Amino acid sequence: MGEITVEESNKNSGKNDRLEVLKTYKMYIDGKFPRTESARYYQPVVNESSLGNVCLASRKDVRNAVVAARSAQAGWSRRTAYNRAQILYRIAEMLEGRSQQFSDELVRQGLDVETAESQVSESIDRLIYYAGWCDKYQQVFSAVNPVASSHFNFSTLEPVGVVFTVASRDCPLLGLVSLIAPVIASGNTCVVLASEKCPLSAVTFAEVLATSDVPEGVVNILTGRIEELKEHFSRHLDVNAIACDGLESGLITEIKEFASENIKRVKIYHQDWSNESAANPYLIQDFCEVKTTWHPIEQISESGASY
Amino acid sequence: MKQSRTARVFSSPAIDQVGVVERAKRFTARSIKSQAKREGLGMVLSMIDLTTLEGMDTEGKVKQLCYKAQHLHDSIDGLPNVAAVCVYPNFVGLAKRSLAGSGIKVASVATAFPSGNSSLEIKLADVSMAVSEGADEIDMVISRGRFHGGEYHFVFDEIAAVKAACGESRLKTILETGELGSLDKVRLASDIAIAAGADFIKTSTGKIQPAATMPVTLVMLEAIRDHFQKTGLMVGMKPAGGISKAKLALHYLIMVKETLGDDWLDPKWFRFGASSLANDVLMQISKQQTGAYQAANYFAID
Repeated sequence: MGEITVEESNKNSGKNDRLEVLKTYKMYIDGKFPRTESARYYQPVVNESSLGNVCLASRKDVRNAVVAARSAQAGWSRRTAYNRAQILYRIAEMLEGRSQQFSDELVRQGLDVETAESQVSESIDRLIYYAGWCDKYQQVFSAVNPVASSHFNFSTLEPVGVVFTVASRDCPLLGLVSLIAPVIASGNTCVVLASEKCPLSAVTFAEVLATSDVPEGVVNILTGRIEELKEHFSRHLDVNAIACDGLESGLITEIKEFASENIKRVKIYHQDWSNESAANPYLIQDFCEVKTTWHPIEQISESGASY
Repeated sequence: MKQSRTARVFSSPAIDQVGVVERAKRFTARSIKSQAKREGLGMVLSMIDLTTLEGMDTEGKVKQLCYKAQHLHDSIDGLPNVAAVCVYPNFVGLAKRSLAGSGIKVASVATAFPSGNSSLEIKLADVSMAVSEGADEIDMVISRGRFHGGEYHFVFDEIAAVKAACGESRLKTILETGELGSLDKVRLASDIAIAAGADFIKTSTGKIQPAATMPVTLVMLEAIRDHFQKTGLMVGMKPAGGISKAKLALHYLIMVKETLGDDWLDPKWFRFGASSLANDVLMQISKQQTGAYQAANYFAID
C-alpha cells in the first residue's frame, strides 16, 4: 500500500520537481575514465549555454595516454584482421543502440535535429564500412614485385604504431569516428584530442568503446585545448603519426615543425565527413608503413620462378 | 598471539601493518622537481644493480649487459655508471673481465638461488665458486621453508656460515618477502639476517610476486635503523624486483632519506635490483634535457 502512495505522489508532483542527475564528462585513458590529473576544467559554451564541466587535459594526461596506447599497440596489431573487424562492427552495434542519446547530445552541441540524426547514422555506417575493410585493405595495397634475381619480393602494409588524432572541431561525432576507425582498423592505437568546443560526443563515444570489446588503451580520448597540448604530443618521440582535421595553416606548420624531430608522419584532412567519398581505404593506408621483404627462392624451372 | 611469541625469540617488535602501509604511502606524496629530480635520477642510476638472472642467459647476454653498465646512454654526457652487475655464479669470471677497470662491482647470486633448497655444503661451494671467480658481492637466499618451520637458529647459522665463506666479499641476504607472508615475519627475518652478519638485506629474488613493495622495504629499513641505533653499525638495503619506473625509484630514495638519513643515500648502502629501471630513468633524464617525451625504442634493451 505504501509504495503505491509514493508512486502516486511522484506522479502528482510532476516531472519538474526531480533534480536532474548531471553527467560528469571525464576522459578515457587505458580503458578507464579518469579526471584530468591537473584537476582543471573548462566550460564549452554553445548558443550561450554551457555544456558542462569538461576536463582540461594537461601535458601529463597526454603522456599517460600515449603510454597506454603504446602498451596496447603490440597486442592490438597482433590480433587477426578478422577479429579487429568484429570489434569495429561491435562498436557500430553499441552505437546503434544508443543513437538517440548521441543525437540528443549533438543537438545540445548546436546541430539541428535532422543533421544530428543523420550524422549518428552515418557514423554507424562508417564503422561498418571500415570493419569491412579490416581484412581487405592488405590485399588491395600489397604487391608482389617483379625482381631480377631468384627472390620472392613482396610489399605489405604494417601499422605505424601510435597515432595522435586531433578530431574535427565542427563535426563532433562523425568527424571523430571517421578518423578513429581507419586508424585502428590496421592495428594502430590512438590518442584522440576531442573537439574543444563540442567535446561531449567524444566522451560519450568513449562509453561505447568501453563496452565494445575494444581492448583498453587502443583508443584513448582527451578533452582540452590544442594550443596548450600541441607541443607535447607533436614532439613526443613515442607518437608515430599525427592525424589532424581542419586546422588553420599556422597551427599545422607548428605541428609539422615539432613532428620533424622524429620524422612523424603528419596527415592533414580538410574534409566534409558527411560526404560519402570521405570514407575510403586510403585513410587506412595513410597510417601504414610499407614493408618490403626479399625471400630467397629456389630456381624451380628453366623459365624461372612463376611468382 | 603466535606471531608475537615468535617475534620475541629475536626480540623483534610487532609491526603495525596498517600504520606501515599508511606511512609508506606518504613518501609517494613528495614533489621532486627540476634540479632535485635531476640529481635524484642520477643517484638512482648510480645505485642500480643491473641484473640478468634467466635460465636462458648466455655469455653474449652477460657481455652485452656489462657493456651497457659502462655505456648507459652515450648520447647523454656525464651519466654515472651503475653500481654493479648481478649474474649467476658461472658468469662471474666473464663479468669480472668485461668490467675490468670500470669500478663497477660484480654481484653473484649463490646458495642454490632462487629456492635455496639444498644442503649447506653445496650452498657454501656455490658461494666459494663465485668468490674465487672474483665476485665482489654475494646475494644469498635464506631457507624460507626452515624459517616458516620456526627453525630460526638454522636460518641464522646458515647466514653466518655463508658470511664466513664470503671472505672479503659483501653479503646481501635475500629474504624473499613475497614468501614470508606478513610484515612481522619480514621484520623477524631482517633482524635474524642482520644479527647473523649480512652486509645488506634484500627483499626479493625477482622470481616471486609480490617482489619489492614500499611497505615491505620500510619495515626492513626500520630494522636497519633500529640496529644502527643500538650498535652504531650500518647495514645496506636492496629492494629488488618490480621497481621499473623512475618515479617509483625516487619515492624509494625519499623513504630511505626519511627513515635512515643521508648516510644511506650512497651506492655503498643502498641499491636497486632491477633490469628495466635504468632505461626508464634514462628516458626521464633525456626528457628533462630535450623537453620531449621519449620512446623506449631509442634506448638499448640490455
